[in-house]
Amino acid sequence: MKDQVLPFEKPVVELKQKIAELKKFTSDSDIDLSSEIQKLEDRLEKLVEEVYGNMQPWDRVQMARHPQRPTTLDYIQEIFEDFIELHGDRLYGDDEAIVAGVAKYKGTPITVIGHQRGKDTKENIRRNFGMPHPEGYRKALRLMKQADKFKRPIICFIDTKGAYPGKAAEERGQSEAIARNLKEMAGLKVPIICIVIGEGGSGGALALGVGDRIHMLENSTYSVISPEGAAALLWKDSNLAQKAAETMKITSYDLKELNIIDEIIPELKGGAHRNIKEQAKNIDKVLHASLQELISLSSEELLEKRWEKYKNIGKYTTLSS
Amino acid sequence: MLKDFFSKKKKYATIPREEAKQDVPEGLMQKCPQCKKIFYRKEVHKHLKVCPNCGYHHPLTAWERIDSLFDENTFVEWDKNMISENPLDFPDYAEKLEKDRKKSGLNEAVVTGKGKINGFPSAVAIMDSRYRMGSMGSVVGEKIARAIENAKEENLPFIIFTASGGARMQEGVLSLMQMTKTSIAIERFSEAGGLMISIMTHPTTGGVSASFASLGDFNFAEPGALIGFAGRRIIEQTIREKLPEDFQTAEFLLKHGQLDRVIHRQEMKEMLTTLLDIHQPGGVSE
Repeated sequence: MKDQVLPFEKPVVELKQKIAELKKFTSDSDIDLSSEIQKLEDRLEKLVEEVYGNMQPWDRVQMARHPQRPTTLDYIQEIFEDFIELHGDRLYGDDEAIVAGVAKYKGTPITVIGHQRGKDTKENIRRNFGMPHPEGYRKALRLMKQADKFKRPIICFIDTKGAYPGKAAEERGQSEAIARNLKEMAGLKVPIICIVIGEGGSGGALALGVGDRIHMLENSTYSVISPEGAAALLWKDSNLAQKAAETMKITSYDLKELNIIDEIIPELKGGAHRNIKEQAKNIDKVLHASLQELISLSSEELLEKRWEKYKNIGKYTTLSS
Repeated sequence: MLKDFFSKKKKYATIPREEAKQDVPEGLMQKCPQCKKIFYRKEVHKHLKVCPNCGYHHPLTAWERIDSLFDENTFVEWDKNMISENPLDFPDYAEKLEKDRKKSGLNEAVVTGKGKINGFPSAVAIMDSRYRMGSMGSVVGEKIARAIENAKEENLPFIIFTASGGARMQEGVLSLMQMTKTSIAIERFSEAGGLMISIMTHPTTGGVSASFASLGDFNFAEPGALIGFAGRRIIEQTIREKLPEDFQTAEFLLKHGQLDRVIHRQEMKEMLTTLLDIHQPGGVSE
């Protein structure tokens, strides 16, 4: 598949093309352009630094939504062994916007759950563009409780625009399904590690997001509402999404600064999709360290620390009366 | 003449002068938004702001709610002076907070505390939609979480009346995380055997309906209250069809198995009293 180019990275791609053209020209003719090519390659190196080292919030939003961005199943395949996908909430149906199952991580049994986008239109329709219905959240909860029973750590990959805003979703209790996950995850006696790999869209992301560690890939986002939604709601103009992306503070760097997430997992230059294997290694490193820290804790310590972590999120003052 | 049979229709509306408008003391009469009938305000207030004709439930302010439930002079407020900051330096946010403080006389969108309901001690959190549409930022989350922790410490049942448009945009992801904070507090309270009763009033949507509002041992609602996760307009745009009239009302939720009961405001105190009695002794089992 041809790489899809985001607007901000166009200069890099164009320069790369130019270099390729010159190289081809050199090999086809007798003119030696190697010094020019060298110059351009030096410039490319600088340009890559400049473009990818200076990404704006809106650029990261685009990157988080990149059609070729690796998904939950991509990372599961790279990071875990013996993955067995499990289906259904035992109440209504199987929501393919969430995948879940058991696997091994460096020999340790774990349960892994994540939002799942499609890679093409056909798959996206089947997976509802990674936007779950209540049965998705209830499947996730069912398997988290199974993990709790068998004392398996839980790893959640977060990648959704949000819970699906549909009629059937409301009828079947979208609110209740999300709320229940928040409450029940709070009481699970096994380590929970959450990693935002793409978009972390509001309550629909949070319903897989109550963890002892929350990490974000460098170019992922986590927000209370999409930049488009925020712009429409606050300024009655969805074209101001770019401004909203800056104001709402939704990048991994913002969330680290706000003390909400634990670690930023570095991405490859040009985004995670440039090399899934390499990106998975970066995730693996952080995941392994987190798990080592957490499995040494007793379940009482784990729950107490989980509460402490979230209890301290928020900014307020007290008026002197 | 034939044309005399047709009365001349006025092509303009009469707008009373500013002074004329003020001739009627503000609030003497009140029009019901549902049945359009006009009543003496006093008459409506006597019925806990329920329309005597059609039963429409006007929104109650937090303090009106407290007066309607608690035995006289038993209510003690908690964390009254906690106020919001502007953590994201969001444009105009500080001014909006100040404006709503003046308008509502409240420091934030929720009042928490404890008191006695027909003699039964209870902890409560009561949201007020006049303050930033009852939206949940850091202060609302913190006050509710603390009220639940206090209920746990003091062996009290916890009752919450929700009225909220959801998470507060201006505090971004900090607002979102209050959903988690309050839900963990409820889990800890519930594990200790605490009784939680949630009463959803108009409106209870978004991040509030998707967290503590839905997490009671009992989930109730007032008649006609709008309750849902996503907004009606967004759903209509997404699914490209018109939604039924009663979509996301308390009655709709009851029909779809999402609520224990819909309770009329005038029966609320009695219903709560009975439930508190059934769960004696104390809110938290020893």
